[in-house]
Amino acid sequence: MSGTDIKINALTKSYGEKVVLNDLCVVFEGGKVSCVSAMSGKGKTTLLRLIMGLEKPDFGTIDLPEGTKISVVFQEDRLLDGMDASSNIRLVNKKLSSETVADALTGVGLDPKEKQPVGEYSGGMKRRVAIVRALLADFDLLLLDEPFKGLDADTRARTADFIRGHTVGKTVILVTHDPADAELLGSAATVHI
Amino acid sequence: MIFTTNAEKGAVADKSKKETTKKQTLRRRLIGAAAILFWLAVWQAVSMAIGNDILLVSPIAVIKRLFELVVTADFWHSVGLSFIRIISGFLLALAAGLALALLASFSSVIKQLLAPLMTAIKTVPVASFIILVLIWFPSKRLSTVISFLMVLPIIYTNTLSAIASLRPDLDEMAAVFRIPPLRRLRCVCLPQVMPGFLTGCELSLGLCWKSGIAAEVIGIPKHSIGEALQQAKIYLDTPDLFAWTVVIVAVSALFARLFMSAMRLLEKRITRV
Repeated sequence: MSGTDIKINALTKSYGEKVVLNDLCVVFEGGKVSCVSAMSGKGKTTLLRLIMGLEKPDFGTIDLPEGTKISVVFQEDRLLDGMDASSNIRLVNKKLSSETVADALTGVGLDPKEKQPVGEYSGGMKRRVAIVRALLADFDLLLLDEPFKGLDADTRARTADFIRGHTVGKTVILVTHDPADAELLGSAATVHI
Repeated sequence: MIFTTNAEKGAVADKSKKETTKKQTLRRRLIGAAAILFWLAVWQAVSMAIGNDILLVSPIAVIKRLFELVVTADFWHSVGLSFIRIISGFLLALAAGLALALLASFSSVIKQLLAPLMTAIKTVPVASFIILVLIWFPSKRLSTVISFLMVLPIIYTNTLSAIASLRPDLDEMAAVFRIPPLRRLRCVCLPQVMPGFLTGCELSLGLCWKSGIAAEVIGIPKHSIGEALQQAKIYLDTPDLFAWTVVIVAVSALFARLFMSAMRLLEKRITRV
């Protein structure tokens, strides 16, 4: 176990009567891609929300290395519909140069010159903007919640290449119900919950 | 054989898209102008058929009267004072509506406290307010108070509902990405609130002029458009009535256009990432 690992200890979370996570214990290795796999509604997204601090556990602890900066691709894109792709990306990291943003957008197959608001984009285009936003943010830990949702096979492969290229040596937790996603990102370990 | 790159193809597509949009805009404008000309011709024909300027003055006579009016100092004095009074009421209501909506969004007690007041202002007939305000204030303040009262509930309601529909998922996104509070307010919250606020402004701009001028016609403050309209009524001076009405529509539309453009520019600047 190293100092960059993420340790989940006896994590329990319920919504009313429904127990979503029950006594979950797991260690995500620092600097590696780990996959969390489960059927829908089994608490994958809840686990990520707990790691992000958006919810409090009923019981148990999550130990993150001190000062961990988190970045995330939410299950929903959570973009500002009225802004263009570049502004959505720069919103989370104002130090980014226009060239970096343009290169990243090209990297996932989007046109960096496109100035229309993302609200007018297709689902797959929005997804890729959300992925670029997460990867260009300043982060130590990247959380990916079904990142390839709505992408066709070619775009999925291209986007996976892009993610791998931007996460070398970083801790990544991928949440998915599709084992192929873990393979695409070269996941070192899969946790079934 | 000629080869073209994707960038060149894109540039050609962009150019053709721009040209199509330009043509569509020109066509729309031409149709709009033709529609105006059509109704002016109908108006001219009907007034010629009636043949009585008191019942229906012709557009040509109105334009002639308008030219006579604009060269007088009294005209500009009346337009200026009415403008200042009505727009003061509008701007005051804008500030008050915005402040009250912010307070109400933070406190449900304030929201409940304001609810009956806003409902009352919205439902009480404007004529009742005019008479009541005439008792309380001098007539020169009437159009300011009336335009304030008509605009306040619209700005308040639109802004409050825009704040209420702020997306919590975007707030979570901003928290996870550690976006600083001021940047969050500017770039995440404001772009969501501004459309509702601007719709309120757009609705209010027409209403403040209608209600403000109605108040002036009843209160007859000196040197006002309302006073001129009242004079036209007394002397059955239909060309004057129409000429002043054209002035009201023109000033109101011009101000609305300038104000909304300024607000949109301001929004763009404030919310720029």
